[in-house]
Amino acid sequence: MDSISMETGFIIAGILFTLGLTGVMIRRNLIFVLMSIEIMLNAAGLAFVFAGSFWNQADGQVMFIFILAVAAAEVSVGLALIILIFQKFKTLDIDQLSKMKG
Amino acid sequence: MQIFIELIVLLPFLGFLILSFFGKYLGKKAISATAVGSVGLSALFTIILGVKLLNEPDTALFASLWTWFDIAGFNPQIAFYVDSLSVVFVFVITFVGFLIHLYSAEFMVDDDGYARFFAYMNLFVGSMLILVLADNLLLLYLGWEGVGLSSFLLIGFWYKEPENAAAARKAFIVTRVGDTAMAIGLFMLVYHFNTLDIQVLLNNIPGQWEVDNPLATATALLLLGGAVGKSAQLPLQTWLPDAMAGPSPVSALIHAATMVTAGVYLIARMNVLFIQSPVTMTVISIIGATTLLVAGLSALAQYDIKKVLAYSTISQIGYMFLALGVGAWSAAIFHFMIHAFFKALLFLGAGAIIMALHHEHNMFKMGGLRKKLPLTFWTFLIGSASLAALPLITAGFYSKDQILWYVWAGEHGSTWLWLAALTGALITAIYTFRMIFITFYGEQKTVVHQKPGALIKIPLIVLAVLSLLGGFIDLPHNFGNFDLFSRFVTYTLPGIEIEGENLEWILQTISAGVALFGVYLAYLFYLKKIPMYNNISAKLPGLKKFLLLGWNFDGLYNRIFVVPIFTMARINKRDFIDYIYTGIANLGLFFNSVLSKTQTGNVRWYIMGITFGAIALITIMFTL
Amino acid sequence: MILIYLIIILFVGGLLAWLANHFNEMASRLISVTAILVNLILILFIWIKNYSDISLGSEVWLYQYQQPWIERFGINWHFALDGLSLLLLTLTFFLGLLSVLASWSQIKEKVGFFHFNLLWILAGITGVFLAMDLFLFYFFWEIMLIPMYFIIGIWGHEKRIYASFKFFIFTQASGLLMFLAILGLYFFHGAQTGKYTFEYEMLLGTTLPEFWSYILMGGFLIAFLVKLPAVPFHNWLPDAHTEAPTAGSVILAGLLLKTGAYGLLRFVIPLFPEAVVGFAPYGMFLGVLSILYGAKLAFAQTDMKRLVAYSSVSHMGFVLLGVFALNELAYQGVVVQLLAHGISTGALFILVGGIHERLHTRNIEDFGGIWNIVPKMGAMALLFAMASLGLPGLGNFIAEFFILAGSFQASAVLTIFATLGLVAATLYSLRMFQKVFQGKQPSSISMKDLNLREMGMMLLMAVAIIWIGLYPKNIIETASVPLKKILEHPNIERQAEQLGVLNKNLPDDCSQVAVIDRTSKLKEND
Repeated sequence: MDSISMETGFIIAGILFTLGLTGVMIRRNLIFVLMSIEIMLNAAGLAFVFAGSFWNQADGQVMFIFILAVAAAEVSVGLALIILIFQKFKTLDIDQLSKMKG
Repeated sequence: MQIFIELIVLLPFLGFLILSFFGKYLGKKAISATAVGSVGLSALFTIILGVKLLNEPDTALFASLWTWFDIAGFNPQIAFYVDSLSVVFVFVITFVGFLIHLYSAEFMVDDDGYARFFAYMNLFVGSMLILVLADNLLLLYLGWEGVGLSSFLLIGFWYKEPENAAAARKAFIVTRVGDTAMAIGLFMLVYHFNTLDIQVLLNNIPGQWEVDNPLATATALLLLGGAVGKSAQLPLQTWLPDAMAGPSPVSALIHAATMVTAGVYLIARMNVLFIQSPVTMTVISIIGATTLLVAGLSALAQYDIKKVLAYSTISQIGYMFLALGVGAWSAAIFHFMIHAFFKALLFLGAGAIIMALHHEHNMFKMGGLRKKLPLTFWTFLIGSASLAALPLITAGFYSKDQILWYVWAGEHGSTWLWLAALTGALITAIYTFRMIFITFYGEQKTVVHQKPGALIKIPLIVLAVLSLLGGFIDLPHNFGNFDLFSRFVTYTLPGIEIEGENLEWILQTISAGVALFGVYLAYLFYLKKIPMYNNISAKLPGLKKFLLLGWNFDGLYNRIFVVPIFTMARINKRDFIDYIYTGIANLGLFFNSVLSKTQTGNVRWYIMGITFGAIALITIMFTL
Repeated sequence: MILIYLIIILFVGGLLAWLANHFNEMASRLISVTAILVNLILILFIWIKNYSDISLGSEVWLYQYQQPWIERFGINWHFALDGLSLLLLTLTFFLGLLSVLASWSQIKEKVGFFHFNLLWILAGITGVFLAMDLFLFYFFWEIMLIPMYFIIGIWGHEKRIYASFKFFIFTQASGLLMFLAILGLYFFHGAQTGKYTFEYEMLLGTTLPEFWSYILMGGFLIAFLVKLPAVPFHNWLPDAHTEAPTAGSVILAGLLLKTGAYGLLRFVIPLFPEAVVGFAPYGMFLGVLSILYGAKLAFAQTDMKRLVAYSSVSHMGFVLLGVFALNELAYQGVVVQLLAHGISTGALFILVGGIHERLHTRNIEDFGGIWNIVPKMGAMALLFAMASLGLPGLGNFIAEFFILAGSFQASAVLTIFATLGLVAATLYSLRMFQKVFQGKQPSSISMKDLNLREMGMMLLMAVAIIWIGLYPKNIIETASVPLKKILEHPNIERQAEQLGVLNKNLPDDCSQVAVIDRTSKLKEND
C-alpha cells in the first residue's frame, strides 16, 4: 500500500490541532474545552507517529504512548476539578468563572 | 594682673550660672546680692587695671585661657587683651552696669522673674566684656552674638505679651542681618591673612593692602554692616525703638550705654583697616550724619517717653559714627563715655517716673512732676542738659563740641557734615527740653503712686554727677588744652590732623548758641504753648505721623522683605518638588491600572493571548 | 578584633532583647542599653588609648581586621578604623544610647522587636563606618534600611505607612545605583590590572576614562545625595522624620544622614578625584540650594517635627557645601558639623517628642506661652534653638564658620548666599521657640516638666554641644590626619597648577603672618 507522505501527515495533524485549538477558544462549556484539549493532544501524537513511520523508527509510537498516558492522567485531574467547580459554582460556563481578575 | 582680667570676665558668667540653676531656691536679697556683687567686683578689678594703664598708657595687658582650635596655622585663642581703648569700655560696662544692677534690685523687686532677670543681665555683662576684651575677631564675634542673645531674652522678658516677643524677635533678626555681613568680612580676613588676631591684623593690613585697595574697602564695608546693625544706624535702626518693650534698666544698660556702642568699638578697634579705605570712612560719616538727623526728627514727634530716648540714642550714636568717619577717633570714644553716663541716667530716670506713675509711658498724661518727684526731676534735668550739650557746665558740651570741631576742622571733615551735626544739635535741644517741659511742668495729669527708694536714687545721683563733671577730663584746645583723655587713648587710636585756622572759639559759641536757642524754642512751644506752634502742627498731621513712625522704615521693610518672604513660604508649604516624586508614583499607579485590565480572569482571553503570542513569536523566529 | 566585637555586640544584643521580651519588657530595654553602653565605653577607651598616635598621625589606620569571605569575587571582611570613623562611631553610640533612653516610656507594644530593630540599625551604621571593602559597605548600607523601615512603619504616627515606603524606595533605589557603580568600578579595575577585587585601598588608584569616571561617581553620588539629603532628593526626609517615633527620628537625623556625608568623604572624593574637581562647583551649588530651600520650607511649617526635619535639610546643605569646597578648613567644619548637628537636632527631636507625648499634638498653633509651666524644657529648647541658628559658643557655630570660611576660598559668591542661610536659620529657630514657649497661653494646657531621665539626657547633650563649641581641639586633632589623606587625592592646587589657573593670593608663608609680633605692643605679659 502506498504510504502517505510526511507532508500530508503533518497537514492532517495540523488541521486536527487547529480544530482542537479552535474548540478550546470558542466553546463555553468546560467539558467541551477539555475534549478539545484531548483533540489537540492526539493531533500532536499523530504528528509523532507520522514522523516515526517516515524515519522507520519506533520512537514515534513510543512518544504516542507517553502522550496517551499523560493525557489520561491530565483528563482525570481535569474532570475531578470540573466536578468540584460544578459543586461550588453550579455552572460550567467558562465565562462565569472569572474570579481571578484584576 | 592676669587673674584680674580673667575674673572681670568670668565673674558675671558665674553669677549667670548660679542664678540660672539655683535662682529659684534663693531669696530676693541673695539674688540681687549675687548679681550686683559679681558686676561690682568686676568694676573694682577694672579700677585696678585702669590705674595700672593710666600710669603706663602705652602698654597692654594680656591673659590667655586656652587655644580655641588650630587648623593649618589658623589658631585663635580664648584670650583677653586690655589696652587703653578697651579699658575705657570695660570701665563703662562694669561701672555703669553696677549702678544699673543696683537700681534694678529695687526696680524689679515685685516681678516674679527676679532671678531670671538678673541671670540674663549678668549674661549680658559677661558677653559684652568678652566682646570688648577679645584679642581676636572670632572671640569678639562670640561676645557680639552673646549680647544679641541676652538682648533678645531681656527685651522679651515679659514674654507673655506677644508684642514683647515680637520686638525681641525683630531685634535679633535685624541685628543678625548685620552680623551676617560681618561674618563675610571675617571670611575675607581669614582668606587673606589666615588669622583673626586683632593686633596681628592691625600690624599686617597696611603692608598687604594699600590705600583704596578694593579688598580693603569690601572688608571694611562688610564689618561696617555688622556695626550698623548692632548700633542701630541707618538702615538697620528699626529694632531699637521697639526694644523699649523691655524693662527700663534693660534699656539703660543695653540700648543706651553698652550693646549699641559695640559697633563704635569695632570700628575704633579696627581703625587701621578703615583708614585703608577712605571710601568706607566717607560712608561711615554720611551714615552718621543722616542717622542723627532722621532719628532726631523722629524724636520730636514721639509721645512715649522711652521712645524719645530711644531715638535720641540712635541719633547720638550717629554723632559717634560721624566722628569715626572723619577720623576723630578719640572724640568718638569720649562721646561714647559721656553719652553712656547721661543716657543711662535718663533711662533710669524715665523708669523711676514710669514706676511712680504706675506704668504710664505717655508723656502727655504726665505733668507737674517737678514738685512731686524732686530728686528725679533734678537728675533728669542734669541728664537732659548734658544731652542737649548746654555750654560749659555739662559734660555733654565738651564731648559733642569736640566732635563738631573735628568735623569742621579735621582733614576729612566737611562743612556739610558740620551743618548737619549742628542742625542735629538744635533738634536735640528741642526734643530734649520738650520732654522735660511736658513731663515735669504744667498740670499734673496722673497721680504719683510710689516714690523711688534709695537704691534707685543713688545711681541717679552718681550718674548725674558724672554727667556734669565727666567732661572736665578733656577740655578743648583753647580752654587750656587739658587732654587727659585724648592722651590716654592716643597709643591705641590714631590722632587727627587739623586743617584750617584755629577758629575753635567761634564754633564753640555757635554750637552753644544753637543749643540755648533750641531750649528757648522748646520753652516757647511746649511750656508757653504759643499759638504759632498749634497752627503749624495742626496743618501737618501727615508729617507728624511720618515722624512718629520713625520715617516708616518698618512699612518699607514690611513691603520689601516681610510680606514676600511670608508669601513665598506659604505658597510652597507643601514643597513643589514633592510633586515630581508623587508624579513618578502616580505614573506607576497609572500603569498598574492599565495593565491590570488585561487580567480579566477570563480563561478564553488568556488562551487567545497565548495563541496569538505563540504565532507572533514563531513568525518572528522564522523571519530573522 | 575589637572592631568585629563592636558589631557583634549589637547584633547579639538585638537578638537577646527580642527574646527577652517574652519574659519582661524592662529586660529588653536594659539589655539594649547595656549593649550600647558597652560599645560606647569601648570606643571612648579606644579614643583615649590611641590619642597620641592620632595626634602624631603616623599610621592612618588605628585598627584593622581582615578575613576573606567570598574569595572567588575578591570580597573580604575588611574593617578599619581611623580618626574620622572613630569620631562618627562615638556619635553613633552616644546617640544610640540617647534614643533608647528616649523611647523608654514612649514605646509600649512589641518592645523587644523594637529594640531588636534599633540595635540592628546601629550595627548596620557601625559596619558602614568601618567597612573597607566595597561589597561589605553595600551590605551594611542595606542592613541599615530594613529595620528602619519597620520602626517607622510599625511604631510611627499617623502617616507612617506612606512615610516608611517613601523612605525605603528612595534609599533602596539610590543604593542600587550605587551598587551598579561599585560593580562598574570592580570591572574596570579588573580589566586594567587583571585582579578583580572589591578592596577599597586597591580600587583607590584606578584610572578611569573621563566619561566613565563621571558616570560611576554619579552612581555613588546619587546614593549619598539622597541620604544626605540634598535638594532635590530630600523629599523622603520630612515624612520619615515626622512619622517616625522619637528614637527613630533621633537615629535618622543624627546618624543615617551622617552616613551619606561619610560616604562622600570616604568614597566619592578619593575614588574619583578628577571627576570630583569637575563636579565641585555644582556640588557647592546644590549645597547652597539645600541651605536656603530647606530653611524656607522649615519656616513655613506648622508641624514642629516637620520644622526640625527641614532644618536638618538646611544644616546638611552646609555639609554638602563643605565637602565640595575641597580644602582642609572646610573639611574640619564638615566633621564638626556632623557631630554638632547630630547632637543638636537629636536634642530638638527629643524635646518635641516629649511635648508630643504629653499633649498629643505637634501643631505649633496649639501652643503658646508654656515657658513658665515647663521652665526646664524651655531653657533646653532655647539652648538648642540657639545651637540650631549657629550661636557662637556652641558647636554648630564652629562648624558653620569653618565650612563658610573654607568654601569662601573656593567660591566667594556661593558662600555669600550660604551665609544668608544664617539669617534664615534665625527665622525658623526663633519661630519655633517663640510660638511654643512665648506669647499667650491657650487656656487648657497642663503638662509636666522634664523628669529626671529626660533632664539627664538633655544635660548630657548640652554639655556635649558646649564642649564642642568651646574646646573642639580634640575633635580637630583626631580628624586631622584622615582628612589630610583624603584631600591628597583631588589635590586641587596641583591640578590647578597643571591647568594654569592657580587662584589663591595668600602671602607665601601664612603661618609666619600669624606668628608676627604679638609682642610689639605688649610690654606686660603676666
